[in-house]
Amino acid sequence: MDSMKKRYIAGKILTYAVLIIFAIIMLVPFAWMILTALKTNQEAISVDPFYIFPAHGWHFENFGTVWKSYNFVTLYKNTILFIVFRVICACLTATMAGYAFGRLEFPGKKIMFSLVLIQMMIPSQVFVIPQYLMVSKLKLLNTTAGLVFPGLVTAFGTYLLKTGYQSLPKDLEEAAAIDGCNIGQTFLFIMMPLTRSSMISLGIFTALFAFKDLMWPMIVCTNASTTTLSAGLAKMQGQYGSDYPAMMASAVLAIVPMIVIYIIFQKQFVEGIATSGGKL
Amino acid sequence: MAKGKMTPSQKRQAIWGWAFITPTMLGLIVLNFYPAINTVYQSFCKTGDFGRGNKFVGLANYQAVLTSGETWQSLWNTIKYAIVEVPLGIVIALVLAVLLQNKLPGKGFFRTLFFLPMVCAPAAVAMVWKWLYNQQFGLLNNIFHTNIAWISDPNIAWISVGIIGVWSIIGYNMVLFIAGLQEIPKDYYEAAQIDGASPLNQFFNITVPLLSPTTFFIVQTRIIGALTIFDLMFMVMDKTNLALNKTQSIVYLFYTYAFTNSNRGYGATLVVILVIFIMIATFFLQKLEKKIVFYN
Repeated sequence: MDSMKKRYIAGKILTYAVLIIFAIIMLVPFAWMILTALKTNQEAISVDPFYIFPAHGWHFENFGTVWKSYNFVTLYKNTILFIVFRVICACLTATMAGYAFGRLEFPGKKIMFSLVLIQMMIPSQVFVIPQYLMVSKLKLLNTTAGLVFPGLVTAFGTYLLKTGYQSLPKDLEEAAAIDGCNIGQTFLFIMMPLTRSSMISLGIFTALFAFKDLMWPMIVCTNASTTTLSAGLAKMQGQYGSDYPAMMASAVLAIVPMIVIYIIFQKQFVEGIATSGGKL
Repeated sequence: MAKGKMTPSQKRQAIWGWAFITPTMLGLIVLNFYPAINTVYQSFCKTGDFGRGNKFVGLANYQAVLTSGETWQSLWNTIKYAIVEVPLGIVIALVLAVLLQNKLPGKGFFRTLFFLPMVCAPAAVAMVWKWLYNQQFGLLNNIFHTNIAWISDPNIAWISVGIIGVWSIIGYNMVLFIAGLQEIPKDYYEAAQIDGASPLNQFFNITVPLLSPTTFFIVQTRIIGALTIFDLMFMVMDKTNLALNKTQSIVYLFYTYAFTNSNRGYGATLVVILVIFIMIATFFLQKLEKKIVFYN
């Protein structure tokens, strides 16, 4: 029995060793980003002596400087509007279509749903050039509407919500029909509230996707005053790439809000990704 | 369901059903299906000056794209990136997921931390790594007392970018693995323990085969994800980077042609080739699925 106990303890130590090594690998870039953001550029690029920590005071004012000079208020506002409209559009259209595909019978349903599945198999790069030309024709370049445009509907969300509606018990509609609900009322008051978790998954997925997206905002919003955080960072790097503390301070400002939201709603984030398994 | 013979209830369902799917279907047609066809059409056209007026040029774009060394190099670069990101990202994630299956104090902390890169914008992640990789002032060269040109040496830049990809994706793969692991019935492990199987034995004889549907799903999504890599590449590799040619992915090349150079016909052709390439990869994956995935 003694050797078994020893093996058990050895196993625990090994487990922790592996976890801690990877935890350090994950943490180092974050730590270095924050530490650099608090240095002067002189310190950031001084190799001899090599500073891990800011040696001459912590320069929190770096954040204030980039906040003003790169106009973070506008970037946050653009990004939030972009995310909010994408989430609203995705949830609204997908929940309706998902309900129809999951619970109703109508002619043409199979063909229409196969179109949804086909869209999910096509890489999104195929759509980009014509989508850009449409946005440009509609005079929506450098607007929130132009940013939201490709995300007005979602095939993936439709599929996700369809699965959600299908997993609900069979006799719900019958009970509602007996109580005198028509299909619209059944959907709105009985079925939709029951798929809340699928909707939250879709919302989180859509928000993260929009937040991380780089190519579309770069194409559509070329003005610094209309673009999102991601595309804004790309612009800054192109212009001020060698001011390392400023770059790192900007990176911190760009990711901190989402990290805070993630830490608060951790369970929903992890479950949302695990159940939807969407491609991010 | 023959038309004209619908009961009133069937009729009502048909009307509501179509009303509910109309916004989505219209959107998909306008935003996705028309553009897909239009992209193929544009690949046969030459974009006029100032991006105006398409002129039909037949297969000229295809000839230009397929005879350009740049295209094949970028396809090969994309594959190289996938070779780094996909296997490493999956194996590490699987190990971490299995370790986090145990009852451990601090388990939640590790899970939160490993998933953290998933909620960060790749643009920011790439900026940080670019700074870590900086040859003169970067943390890596200073800590290890090396002088490696991590992202401007053509021979290693693709590995360096791949490592950023692995770092970014581990948490996502891990969360999917954890969900898959929870589906495996606990009694298999109990039976194996009674038979005296070691943890390593249990891992290879129970976990790996029973997890294979999850693994296959991750492999498939990650291969497609890796083949369409853009943002990390774009942020890390400057236009002036010496290693750009040997590192840039096919989507990066597409972006450059379609939007920086406004040569949309050429860009569209690159995308069509990318899709064909992905279709071939998917075809082989489906064949592989039947051979190696164990469905209960």
